[in-house]
Amino acid sequence: MAQPSDPPEQRAALDAFARRHRLRPVEALPWLAMIAAYFVFPDYLALGAQILATILFGLSLDLVLGYAGIITLGHAAFFGTGAYTAGVLAAHHWGEPISGLVAAGLAAGLVGFATGAVILRTSGLTLLMQTLVVAAMLSELANKATSVTGGADGLQGMDVWPIFGTFRFDLFGRVAYIYCALVLLICWLAVRAVVYSPFGRSLTGIRENVLRMHAIGAPVRRRKLVVYTISAALAGVSGALIAQTAQFVGLGVYSLQQSGTILIMLIIGGIGQLYGAFIGVPLYMIAQDRFSEIDPVYWYFWIGLFMIVMVIFARGGVIGLGERILRRIRKPS
Amino acid sequence: MSALTNNISAVEAASAATPSLETQRLCKNFGALPVASDIDFRLERGARHALIGPNGAGKTSFVNLVTGVLTPSAGRILLGGEDITQLSRAARVKRGLVRTFQISALFRRLSLIENVTLAIAERDGTAGDLIRPAGRYRAPIEEAYALLETLGLADEAARPVYELAYGRQRLADIAVSLALKPKVLLLDEPAAGVPSGETGAIIDMIERLPADIAVLIIEHDMDLVFRLANRITVLVQGGVLIEGKPRDIAADVQVRQVYLGERDPR
Repeated sequence: MAQPSDPPEQRAALDAFARRHRLRPVEALPWLAMIAAYFVFPDYLALGAQILATILFGLSLDLVLGYAGIITLGHAAFFGTGAYTAGVLAAHHWGEPISGLVAAGLAAGLVGFATGAVILRTSGLTLLMQTLVVAAMLSELANKATSVTGGADGLQGMDVWPIFGTFRFDLFGRVAYIYCALVLLICWLAVRAVVYSPFGRSLTGIRENVLRMHAIGAPVRRRKLVVYTISAALAGVSGALIAQTAQFVGLGVYSLQQSGTILIMLIIGGIGQLYGAFIGVPLYMIAQDRFSEIDPVYWYFWIGLFMIVMVIFARGGVIGLGERILRRIRKPS
Repeated sequence: MSALTNNISAVEAASAATPSLETQRLCKNFGALPVASDIDFRLERGARHALIGPNGAGKTSFVNLVTGVLTPSAGRILLGGEDITQLSRAARVKRGLVRTFQISALFRRLSLIENVTLAIAERDGTAGDLIRPAGRYRAPIEEAYALLETLGLADEAARPVYELAYGRQRLADIAVSLALKPKVLLLDEPAAGVPSGETGAIIDMIERLPADIAVLIIEHDMDLVFRLANRITVLVQGGVLIEGKPRDIAADVQVRQVYLGERDPR
């Protein structure tokens, strides 16, 4: 039965499998686009910084949803925790941004670990409900703790210091844009490493067939908790970026809308592809910005229509659509 | 010196006598419904043992109890003499107790070789690594390929599992289990859903399993059972009806009544 020598095409397939983690040229595209956008749209850099920070939020969601298959409608819990951590620090005489980001990541990671240890015992709709509840509880906590968070009025008086004591956040959002881009780059490299690591592959296994993962002896719950914690920390960094660049934090960071919108943006881009957030987030946020300017009254209707068209004609998001078109082009040749 | 030799041979004799897998008065009730009642079962070292019984006899529940998917209401499960009743599913697999599934439970969208590589990475403990790319771990990939080659599946190694013929998926299921280097292998209806023309390949693979693995086959296909098993246990309504050599089971009147007679002759 066994072949005496492997046919070359099988060896090639094996090598491709072993080399899958290497950077492909196409992966430079989002970063080139980011650099180009800096020069082409100098008037929109503040929006750009928000988009970049939100991409990081989407990336963190992709890690749990797209790779580990953990369905959540409460990722704002970690985004909000990060935002409030950085915000409260900056409002209480510690405006150093980098350490603020680290503190936000740690705080959100801790919340992710503590809540994940409890709720990840469940799955499916039960889990979905519990993720919702965690975000709602934190929202209510922030609402009531007015002396720390400012409650419903939002957190006032943030003073974010210049980065490395040199680069002051400017009105045009230039520094904010570069700051967010660099933080996104570092986090993306980390997420990419995790996704292609044996741990990341085992997450894919959990998503594809959790029964089988148990049967091959994988510590499924521990793996889920680890990735949930990492994702929560990244979402926290993302929230901190938004807080630091906007110099304001409101209760909205914990809202269901925050959790839901990022999910929609990720679905538009494509789930479990590592780049879904890089496509879906700018698309959604730019569309939102344009629609609300063109049609301030009914812009949400246009967003909704856009979503329906996406879901009907582009299952698997923009990335899925692109792949299908590429396949069709290549087939005849 | 001779005392030492005696000791060693005594230990060897004891370990040879210890069954690979044993259940003692194993019980499980779903409310008032018993799915396992007082099952005393021994799977000897290197055995080819079949567990048969009509639908709803509790065969799959028995597998789920032994592998830790279900927690028994009472009784003990021993693996090579060690009590594993309270251990997690993963801990049982680490000790060499491995199962396959009635309905192919593979990572369907992943390639065949990745299915096997995932199992090897869990076995050798590299699966927890968060940083180094999986592709840099050449040894598990090479091992997976070598295993597929010996099983005659290497020609489809790079294809996603959902593209394979169903019979090949069943073989792949066994391949993933073998990658874990099991001491005890539970095959849950290895030929279920496979067209009769393709069962030959499955029987071949089971026949060629390493002799030191104790194999328990849960199966409906009587041809397969009588070809492979050297011992058969008949389970009816959650309890052991009879256990014995295939010849005796085939001749037993009770078995014919409750089980063999029910089915169309093949």
